[in-house]
Amino acid sequence: MAKPITYYLRTDKMPHIWCEGCGHGIVLSAVLRAVDSLGLDKDDVCVVSGIGCASRAPGYLDFDTLHTTHGRALAFATGIKTMKPNLNVLVLTGDGDLAAIGGNHLIHAARRNINLTTICFNNSIYGMTSGQYSPMTPTGKMATTAPYGHIEEPFDLCELVFSAGASFVARGTCYHANPLSKLIAKAIAVNGFSFVEAISQCPTYYGRRNKMRDALVMLDWQKEHAVTKRAASRLSPEELKDKFIIGELGTRTRPEYTERYESIIKAATKETDDNV
Amino acid sequence: MQNKAGIGTRTKLMQGNEACALGAIAAGVRFFAGYPITPSTEIAEDLSALLPRVGGKFIQMEDEIASISAVIGASLTGTKSLTATSGPGFSLKQESIGFAAIAEIPCVIVNVMRVGPSTGVPTAPSQADVMQARWGTHGDHPVVVLCPSSVAETYTLIIEAFNISEKWRIPVVFLMDEGIGHMREKIEIPNSDELKIIDRVRPVCNPNDYLPFDADKGDGTVPPMADFGTGYRYHLTGLTHDKTGFPTTQRPEVDALIRRLNSKMDKAKQEVTFIDEVLMDDADIVVFAYGISARAGARAVREARESGISAGLLKTKTLWPFPDEYVEEIASQVKAIIVPEMNMGQLVLEVERAVKGRTKVISLTRVDAEPISPDEILSALKGV
Repeated sequence: MAKPITYYLRTDKMPHIWCEGCGHGIVLSAVLRAVDSLGLDKDDVCVVSGIGCASRAPGYLDFDTLHTTHGRALAFATGIKTMKPNLNVLVLTGDGDLAAIGGNHLIHAARRNINLTTICFNNSIYGMTSGQYSPMTPTGKMATTAPYGHIEEPFDLCELVFSAGASFVARGTCYHANPLSKLIAKAIAVNGFSFVEAISQCPTYYGRRNKMRDALVMLDWQKEHAVTKRAASRLSPEELKDKFIIGELGTRTRPEYTERYESIIKAATKETDDNV
Repeated sequence: MQNKAGIGTRTKLMQGNEACALGAIAAGVRFFAGYPITPSTEIAEDLSALLPRVGGKFIQMEDEIASISAVIGASLTGTKSLTATSGPGFSLKQESIGFAAIAEIPCVIVNVMRVGPSTGVPTAPSQADVMQARWGTHGDHPVVVLCPSSVAETYTLIIEAFNISEKWRIPVVFLMDEGIGHMREKIEIPNSDELKIIDRVRPVCNPNDYLPFDADKGDGTVPPMADFGTGYRYHLTGLTHDKTGFPTTQRPEVDALIRRLNSKMDKAKQEVTFIDEVLMDDADIVVFAYGISARAGARAVREARESGISAGLLKTKTLWPFPDEYVEEIASQVKAIIVPEMNMGQLVLEVERAVKGRTKVISLTRVDAEPISPDEILSALKGV
């Protein structure tokens, strides 16, 4: 029996800071539906974030919540998870927070395969500072720091994180809100590092400069450009050029970090007992 | 006889870095995150072996910033947590030290000082991070800074560092130096029942009534701290926050938070001030020293006495909050205060501030990567 989403919200801390048309509320509600579908107790969930628009999400959630420094959410979360492995630790972060300043922590958390679930609210822009290009801004797009058009290539974050060693990676969008929620639920259930890239929209600071001032236009863009793995397999490279793939993009089974550490403790305490 | 932590009542010969690791275990540390850096690496190496033996955990993180961040995260679960580094790593950790200060999360940061700036001389001692330890992170913030001058003192003082950090919910910087870190000395490891160990105060109220930053029920300084995962479900942020822990930009609330945080320095001052007085009873010239330089100071003072000079040593193990009232009182009783430091003259500025012109203050500096010698201090004493 699903609980109303308000059960998980600190409604007294609202209204939220996000602009009209922002996709982050859709991603956040997908996260909460995922938590609800797994039947997790609120006391057993801890949400950690860094700095930026997406990272303000934990403040609205009725869990143990930690709003940290820019880029470091995964490192703080690693300390929490290591000492309290029974907590479900979720990291909510943006594309700038995670892929730029926090990029090193991202690949190492994936390599370590520590059982954290990271949701990247990817709106392709630094919204909190009003519209500078991020590592996820597509080539040619405009930003306040790319007034002549952006000349860098963005990451394929899912590919990056899976290559680094994650147990589960997936991509969803705000337009596909229910499938997104299911992907997040799967990610939380995985015993290992799991990652979901949630394509979100920022009509205010990204759309306005890139001829997509209207949030609905941006949601339509998500609908038009997202393809499933199966649909992608039927498209030519030319047809796939401006598309992105959604759904589960990688799963593997690897030993989880905190479980491995338990074996160290077992070995070390046995060794000590033998010495006494 | 050895207990589970690999420690017991016995006399041992060990390095300062090893004493730091063993003292931390005795203090109750059960989490360490760090990154290899000379000359502090042995602390990480020792704790990687010691921690799992007592059910604790060690992790080598991907960088210095990740290390202090993981330490703060672990502390939130109710675990006493430590990181150790040296100059360049200490610079990198500064932002998160500020987070620990504003979010009031107990943790201890060891900085085994080496010559800077930048990469400097990684393998040689220095005392040039005294001001950075106090003011390294941005914004007005409280931080206690302790500094041992021997291997044995390292063991006992790191326990005090944790006691202070837990009691006052404040980051404590533990300033060792390459000399103390790598020096081998005799140490009597105390029995665990001889040690006073302080744990943070946790809330006992109903979780619904918990206000994580409401200090009004205590002495108005330190609110009780709930462990994550125990049902209190609260919010922590590096933004200025109100008593509920949620962001605020309301001017009176911002003012109240900044003033309460910084009041910890004044309120804690007396109980966190550790000063050893050596031959001070009739002293009219004083050597005011800390860390490795205090060792040379001790010998210089003894030798000065042999030459008929009434010299005394004040060895301070507390650098911040600076014991200004204490120094002010001494100032009116002596002809001169000599401050030997392995830097360009840092703590001497605080001595001068406290002395307020009442007596002569002589700065003795050395920055060639060699410790100050007793002879240098002795000739300064003779020159007064």
